[in-house]
Amino acid sequence: MNDSMMVYHTRDKYADTSMPDPEQDTFSKTVLGFWLYLLTDCLLFATLFATYAVMHHETFGGPGSRELFSLPIAFSETMLLLLSSVTCGLAVLSAVRNENKKIILWLIVTFFLGASFIATELTEFSDLIREGHGWDKSAFLSSFFTLVGTHGLHVTIGLFWMCVMIAQISIKGVTVPTFRRLVVFSLFWHFLDLVWIFIFTFVYLMGVI
Amino acid sequence: MSTELSLNKIKKEWHGSWKTYIIGFVSSLILTSASFLLVITKALTGRSLIYAIIGLGLTQAIFQLIYFLHLGQESKPRWQMWIFFFMLLILLIVVGGSLWIMSDLNDRVMSDMNMEIHHD
Repeated sequence: MNDSMMVYHTRDKYADTSMPDPEQDTFSKTVLGFWLYLLTDCLLFATLFATYAVMHHETFGGPGSRELFSLPIAFSETMLLLLSSVTCGLAVLSAVRNENKKIILWLIVTFFLGASFIATELTEFSDLIREGHGWDKSAFLSSFFTLVGTHGLHVTIGLFWMCVMIAQISIKGVTVPTFRRLVVFSLFWHFLDLVWIFIFTFVYLMGVI
Repeated sequence: MSTELSLNKIKKEWHGSWKTYIIGFVSSLILTSASFLLVITKALTGRSLIYAIIGLGLTQAIFQLIYFLHLGQESKPRWQMWIFFFMLLILLIVVGGSLWIMSDLNDRVMSDMNMEIHHD
């Protein structure tokens, strides 16, 4: 008797909370789930960063980061990704304000900025490989190509995702599911910009010093 | 039990605005350019340059987390924020631990090898 009273008492205590439970609706659940994915992705990049940090002096007699990296190219890549991050946010902002044409416009701008980033990166990679500094030449180059290439792969997947979003929003407009997907996509894109800051700082800038 | 909220309610759960994006963009632009110029012009040298660049990079990351990824702006209980801090802890253990172990190993193994060479 006494025990069951206690149970009821504690249940009431939690039921009475005036805060809405963010786990109750699909939107918050999806965003939280995607956030979990992003943080595990963060750990993936962390291990690649740690590998690079350990390996970046192991050049096997070849040229090191100081000779191989070009700061102006890395800086322009940073600017492209930063701008695309902002335009992606503006696309979600347009969705909040029900300006459907602007969403598509901002997404297309984001797509071209992201595509230019990938084009610049591929040019950089192919130049390195053509000059005989491919990923098979040393531990340093292996870890460099793995780290930066994994980020590039994420951006490429983001570009495909963006095409899907452009199609969905132009066909269905802003609905509960498409808005949710757009928000989740923007998280992904901002996250890639965040990872790039660390690549720019720890790989390119510190590699040249 | 999942419930579907209305579109207007969902929109209120998203925290971006023109203001946050402009603050995020301008601060990132300034911080990136500052670290780029520091390295290009060699205004600082040695350890102080490395610390300055890491500081600028981390500051930019914090700005982007707040103004682009809206960290900590959700309603209570802030699961996203707490998961983020837990991830940060694991990240520090993984990266810091790896670097510590590998540099230690490098020192020991390399010094052993050097000693052998001296003996020969």
